[in-house]
Amino acid sequence: MALQSLDILRRSATPTPTPQARNPQEVAKLIDTTVCIGCKACQVACSEWNELRAEVGTCVGVYDNPTDLSSQAWTVMRFNEVEEKGKLEWLIRKDGCMHCADPGCLKACPSPGAIVQFKNGIVDFHQENCIGCGYCISGCPFNVPRLSPADSKAYKCNLCSDRVAVGQEPACVKTCPTGAIQFGSKEDMIEVAQTRITDLQSRGYDQAGLYDPAGVGGTHVMYVLHHADKPTLYSGLPDNPSISAVVGVWKGMLKPLATLGVAAAGLFGFFHYITVGPNRAEDEDEADHGTPPAPPAQGTKHKERENAL
Amino acid sequence: MKTSEKLIQRYCAAERINHWIVAVCFVLLAISGLAFFYPAFFWLTGVFGTPQLARIVHPFVGVVMFLAFARQFFRYAHHNLINKEDVKWMMSVREVMKGNEVGDIGRYNGGQKGMFWVMVLCMILLLVSGVIAWRPYFAGYFPIPIIRVALLVHAASALVLIASIIVHVYAALWVQGTIRAMVEGVVTHAWARKHHPRWFRQVTGKETGH
Repeated sequence: MALQSLDILRRSATPTPTPQARNPQEVAKLIDTTVCIGCKACQVACSEWNELRAEVGTCVGVYDNPTDLSSQAWTVMRFNEVEEKGKLEWLIRKDGCMHCADPGCLKACPSPGAIVQFKNGIVDFHQENCIGCGYCISGCPFNVPRLSPADSKAYKCNLCSDRVAVGQEPACVKTCPTGAIQFGSKEDMIEVAQTRITDLQSRGYDQAGLYDPAGVGGTHVMYVLHHADKPTLYSGLPDNPSISAVVGVWKGMLKPLATLGVAAAGLFGFFHYITVGPNRAEDEDEADHGTPPAPPAQGTKHKERENAL
Repeated sequence: MKTSEKLIQRYCAAERINHWIVAVCFVLLAISGLAFFYPAFFWLTGVFGTPQLARIVHPFVGVVMFLAFARQFFRYAHHNLINKEDVKWMMSVREVMKGNEVGDIGRYNGGQKGMFWVMVLCMILLLVSGVIAWRPYFAGYFPIPIIRVALLVHAASALVLIASIIVHVYAALWVQGTIRAMVEGVVTHAWARKHHPRWFRQVTGKETGH
């Protein structure tokens, strides 16, 4: 089995359990927005390592370029200017897949094995199984997956699962010049974050905190935020993300309900037929009624056929 | 042995072709749709060759079904307005299930009319939600929360339609002589007199006796 160190925890559209024997430790990427300078080296490293080439865009008046994630841009820097406590702040966030512990994309995906969650926490798309339905896009609470216009397959950051499998850090981590992106076991990253948060709080950012949202079971990409009480300041990072209730009903309750309904219709028919029996029209002789055949009513089709039998 | 039987034309050739276009589309759509809905049935995407092809072809077949059904809607809507006799039929459905006819039924009975309107509703919901969720052409124009609702509505209305069609098919099998109406286009006088007496009088100008 290839990439054993990435043993699969969950597989899309697969109701039976995956191999459970091995238990590699969970990893996490920690992005410290308070240290990020917005240089976009991570974007370049991602594009280099994954052989992606987003179209060269145009300046739209802000630093965002590309302006959005795409099948060729798995991470983008998002820049936002806000006024907090009468002070202008330039909040920069590296956007991309959060690698949720409870991934909405995987829950929504109808194709077996098109999305897998490794035991180390990485959520990866296997494009050879992708059918291009875009359900993952609807399932994701962070608006991350993107359909490629070239091949109609969904793409997103895979936390460099190929590098992690052989003991390396993701390309963006490797290249970050300020150390704003770190990588290690999830446990270690939480500890690193705590040190940073304590430091930030002592320097006036009393709302500094870790973004590891419980609504999606925690994430394997975490942020240190100066304003952890207002994640939306960071270009719309959701306050309390979770898999949409609509997706929950669609992929949850509706299935047993539908099975029940369709089975009930089928079983009713079967048992009705073998108990009540067919509904036959008695082959009554016209003569019994003593009424001679009348001419067909106006505007209706009427015919009599000789039966060859 | 009977050598001849009296027949009434119920569906003309165009109506039958129209019906079977809808039916074939429905079967293909139900099979591939169930494959997208139930992981254990994903292999049913093979009905269109490969899973990717199933995803590509499914919505186009859906549009064909909708258009063909729309033609049927305009053929039959005026026959499916629910009247007092139909309400009586619906209230006595238990008696009907025992094989006893209830009410002076015209071209369609209360059950058939109810089925017609359920199908109309499902078809509209399926088309609208299907277009909203259709990638790569249309979904991009809608916000994600709307697409989520569309996907739920699409699955739910498809399953209501599938259950309804099972009832529709069973009813046609149960009431013997009905399949012939949609295959050969004709029904016997006995069939019409028993199941649709008012319609029988209308097309033959006869009293039903009894």
